[in-house]
Amino acid sequence: MALAAFTGAPPTQDQEPAVRRKSGIALVLLLPGVLYLVLFFLTPLISLIITSFQAPVVDGDIGQYQTAFQWSNYTDSLAEYWPQVLRSFVYALIATAAALLISYPLAYFIGVKMRGRPVLQNLLMTLVIAPFFISFLLRTLAWKAILSDDGWIASSLKAVSILPPDAHITGTPFSVIFGLTYNFIPFMCLPLYSTLERLDIRLLEAGQDLYASPWTTFRKVTVPLSMPGIVSGTLLTFIPAAGDYINASQDFLGAADTSMIGNVIESNFLVLQNYPTAAAMSVVLMAVILVIVGVYVRRSGTEELL
Amino acid sequence: MAKGVFAESGADLRLEGIKKRFPGFTAIEELDLTIPAGSFFALLGPSGCGKTTTLRLVAGLEEPTEGRILIGGQDVTRTKPFQRPVNTVFQSYALFPHMTILENVAFGLRRRRIGDPVAKAHEALRLVELDHLAARRPAQLSGGQQQRVALARAVVNRPALLLLDEPLGALDLKLRRQMQLELKSIQTEVGLTFVHVTHDQEEAMTMADTVAVMNKGRIEQMGSPEILYELPATVFVANFLGQSNLFAGPVQESGGETIGVDVGGERIQVPRSRAQRTSGYVTVGVRPEKLTLHETPETIPSGANRLGPGRVTDVSFSGVSTQYLVDVPGLGTIVVFAQNTTSGPVAALGAEVWVAWDPGHTFVLADEPPADGRFSDDADTQAIAAQARERMLTELEEA
Repeated sequence: MALAAFTGAPPTQDQEPAVRRKSGIALVLLLPGVLYLVLFFLTPLISLIITSFQAPVVDGDIGQYQTAFQWSNYTDSLAEYWPQVLRSFVYALIATAAALLISYPLAYFIGVKMRGRPVLQNLLMTLVIAPFFISFLLRTLAWKAILSDDGWIASSLKAVSILPPDAHITGTPFSVIFGLTYNFIPFMCLPLYSTLERLDIRLLEAGQDLYASPWTTFRKVTVPLSMPGIVSGTLLTFIPAAGDYINASQDFLGAADTSMIGNVIESNFLVLQNYPTAAAMSVVLMAVILVIVGVYVRRSGTEELL
Repeated sequence: MAKGVFAESGADLRLEGIKKRFPGFTAIEELDLTIPAGSFFALLGPSGCGKTTTLRLVAGLEEPTEGRILIGGQDVTRTKPFQRPVNTVFQSYALFPHMTILENVAFGLRRRRIGDPVAKAHEALRLVELDHLAARRPAQLSGGQQQRVALARAVVNRPALLLLDEPLGALDLKLRRQMQLELKSIQTEVGLTFVHVTHDQEEAMTMADTVAVMNKGRIEQMGSPEILYELPATVFVANFLGQSNLFAGPVQESGGETIGVDVGGERIQVPRSRAQRTSGYVTVGVRPEKLTLHETPETIPSGANRLGPGRVTDVSFSGVSTQYLVDVPGLGTIVVFAQNTTSGPVAALGAEVWVAWDPGHTFVLADEPPADGRFSDDADTQAIAAQARERMLTELEEA
């Protein structure tokens, strides 16, 4: 639903009859995709929803559940884990905002200022996505080492008394948000770059010609015109960041008091074998994200832009 | 730029010793120009002559390498575009795609905090007869409509100076004519100073009070359209503004009111006032429509300039007039436009004819004539296209 906002222009009226006439061909073309979605998205989703209502087998082993309609799975797990749910969205929101603030100038520089130098442009974009050549886990572990108590950053900050001697950088909300921001910057940068690269400079000249200062031109012309990139970039960052369980994990940049909804789902599925709770939390995560994204896309008015 | 108030009236524009160099080439060699307030000024020239750069310098979108720009007596050379009392109608229109037509037009008013921007924007849209489309977006309008919106968006601000960068380039002939008239009437109505950049000589001549012909980063000649046409000063102007027949020859007599030039053995008389040079080897010219064709030299009135005999090599009918190409040995091809006042051609293809004209229509140009006596109009796009076609044909033959 949300993706429809930035995948293409709405069909113009004179195109529609032709499209309808060829609907037979369209169905055939859609078939593989539909089959794929049914098999790998719809089936697991239904199974997840069924699991989320299951009840433990009476006198059964740990991890044995039977089909039921136990609403309390939702209410109980929300009552227990609401701090983690809230934390997930707050962290994801801050990380998304930070990634946007870092990526927008970067994408603007590469996409607008570097125009006419395509070699340099491509080189810089390669550098932006270069982290993908190394595993996500390895990079996050590397940051754990860099930010660790005996790492040079922490020790030099302590040496100049910016940090108290007993403070840590890892295992704090800061390091978790830092990790989320760092890991999702390429996802923010790529869509921003692709819209800013197409930004018509002549419109900025027109803005300045019509008495708008560079800052007003940026607010009134550049930002609205790069809205598709901003929306897709923030969605591509916010959605996975809200469900992320690596950065907030105690093995990586987090601590017990920074765990997010992803960590809850992970431990319930894999450690506690409390499948219904894990499934319920997964459904909650998905529902909340759907609502947030729906409101966001509607409010940002990006359907009209494309 | 004061907020909340319009310019009282058009302002004059002065360019002093402007030079503009880009890395690798010089766009403007040397430019001194004064455009009086309230006039309709056209900068005419082929593409790449520096006319758009001149406009961008005035708008503040480029900075001159050297020189000063004064608008209404105020030095604006170092001020930013948004601080100048200038608006531009861009060649690409540059309408904001994310705003409605109304918001596009109100944009400048809102930035300057002028009272009641919506009503004023509607008024400007009524002026270009597009008020009924105020709620649409630019992408929903045709090219001609977008052009009018761009015009309304600039005019609504009542700038002291309105810059038009080939704004009619994308329109078809009929709409172009209509827009030319509309532009002219808007200019008269609101009394702004218009600076219009174009490569279309007809457009420049019909609309502007003053035309400056630009070539290779310099102004070749400036004046009213009539003067530029009747009395071109250089070969470039003579060929760029309409067509000309040009001949080279030495000045034989320069005593009295007229000077005599020897062209292919004939004595061509030119009034001294119409000659840029009066001695040595000079370039003589006359417009094709001033020429008359004669089958015998007897019918030529005495005192007229004449050349011939030559042979008619081409006759092409174009409605109001017929174009004849006359090949005169030693002088090359002479173009003659004859009004179709009688039915049937004045001279038949292959006929032997003399051409004659009133000495008062002759002019002598400032340029040194080329050594071989032939004039190549290097900047004429038609000539370039013809040369390209010829080159292509020879290549095809060789292949």
